[in-house]
Amino acid sequence: MHWTNRSSGPSVGAVVTASAVRSTVGQKMLMAVSGIVLVLFLVAHMAGNLKVFVGAESFDHYAHWLRTIGAPLLPDSGYLWIQRTVLTAALVAHVWAATSLALRARAARPVRYAHRRPVQGSYAARTMRWGGVIILLFAVFHVLDLTTGHLNPVGDRAHPYANVVADFAPERWYVTLFYTLAVLAVGLHLWHGVFSAVRTLGQRTAVGERRARLAASAVAVGLCAGYLSVPFAVMSGLVG
Amino acid sequence: MNLTLRIWRQAGPDVRGRMVAYQVTGVSPDMSFLEVLDMLNERLTLEGADPVAFDHDCREGICGACGVVVNGVPHGPQKATTTCQLHMRHFRDGDTIDVEPWRARAFPVVKDLVVDRGALDRVIQAGGYVSAPTGSAPDAHALPVPKADADAAFEAATCIGCGACVAACPNGSAMLFTAAKVTHLGLLPQGQPERQSRVLDMVAAQDEAGFGGCTNTGECTAVCPKGIPLETIGQLNRDYLQASRRPARSRS
Ligand code: HEM
Ligand code: SF4
Ligand code: FES
Repeated sequence: MHWTNRSSGPSVGAVVTASAVRSTVGQKMLMAVSGIVLVLFLVAHMAGNLKVFVGAESFDHYAHWLRTIGAPLLPDSGYLWIQRTVLTAALVAHVWAATSLALRARAARPVRYAHRRPVQGSYAARTMRWGGVIILLFAVFHVLDLTTGHLNPVGDRAHPYANVVADFAPERWYVTLFYTLAVLAVGLHLWHGVFSAVRTLGQRTAVGERRARLAASAVAVGLCAGYLSVPFAVMSGLVG
Repeated sequence: MNLTLRIWRQAGPDVRGRMVAYQVTGVSPDMSFLEVLDMLNERLTLEGADPVAFDHDCREGICGACGVVVNGVPHGPQKATTTCQLHMRHFRDGDTIDVEPWRARAFPVVKDLVVDRGALDRVIQAGGYVSAPTGSAPDAHALPVPKADADAAFEAATCIGCGACVAACPNGSAMLFTAAKVTHLGLLPQGQPERQSRVLDMVAAQDEAGFGGCTNTGECTAVCPKGIPLETIGQLNRDYLQASRRPARSRS
């Protein structure tokens, strides 16, 4: 190494007092933890969605039951509001850390290469940021569609089954298309994301790398299959 | 072999640079990449032109001074090979080869292909050392180290601090370098006293120097002349997590 020393800015000592979330590694950990909270929700949400195959009554009953979790300790929909708060906090933390790191990365290379080999890493790894934006846009649409009902053609909060069936009707193919794209984006995001999160949280062996890759593939494929089965079933008339 | 080299020329830190094309003739396939630059520089000097500034020292792949980006790849197309060890037989007669300096905010260009890699030294200064007096080389079995740890520490210790990992990273992150040092020292008994402050301080120094954050993309290992594995980054993360949970804080 060569020992030129053009020290600039505050000394290292001043910097270490900054809290862990100000550091790139700390922000990455925040992203991993919040990402995992979101994944756990996605798994539970998918399990609930699959009730659509049991029938309208079962699905609607499940949706009503969600509002009564914790009763009589919690007020009506009390649990749902707790969950919404936690999920919103996780999403805000996740997107904040992602944005902060993306801005940092851009600042870290002010002069670009004239000749740059395409990044060799997986497509999933390269599309984390834009894929995340697609997921975020979809999440907003999805809440307005099936939670509040504003963008749903039926929008009947008492009968979610009917809302779902109306949503994926063949003439609303663009909704199904957007939904499909978003689900695939989530799958891709988690194919890299789960593997990445495991290393971010301290996985450090070759065997562990292989297991993490396997787990990430399982999560990605499982979630995609589960979420895509619903619109597919409605479109093909299996559910209606 | 006859080649066209397009080389980044920049007269000093604060002036604009550009790619300049040079024809180089009579290149032997047995020459190293740096010898081709030497050949070009001899001619430029005789012509009274400014020779191309580039960094080099050992020319045997161990000092880490010589890195340049060749056709978009740090240290060129040959895997696990520094630029000084890259031979021209990996190119073809008539090729056009682009040569650029490492690109990172933390590595300002000094001149042409020479960048100031002092930022890596500041990361080392922040904690990449042991303060235990270790004396001269001890007897091999005086201080037992499990074989697996010794191997992993040795593998990490082969990092030559060249900065290719930073040059390749889409985020301009120095994580592989820092992780190699943290792993190397953290797995050995002599490295234990400062294990926690080391990781906190080195990460802070790395952030302070303006490097980006790691996204586990893996571009770094692919170009690392020493093949430092990505698992070292997991080791750094683990140490960082442990150090942040404990009251023991940084040294400074
Ligand atoms: C809403 C917008 C979102 C954005 C902008 C976003 C962005 C990102 C980015 C940039 C990364 C880092 C990529 C990397 O480390 O290589 C990341 C990681 C991750 N994301 Fe997201 N994401 C979003 C939503 C989600 C959602 C909804 C989930 C859960 C289903 C999720 C789960 C994860 C996980 C598990 C990681 C890995 C964390 C790590 O690498 O340590 N993300 N996300
Ligand atoms: S980790 Fe590899 S690429 Fe990075 S500085 Fe060390 S030897 Fe060079
Ligand atoms: S000149 Fe020393 S590693 Fe290339």
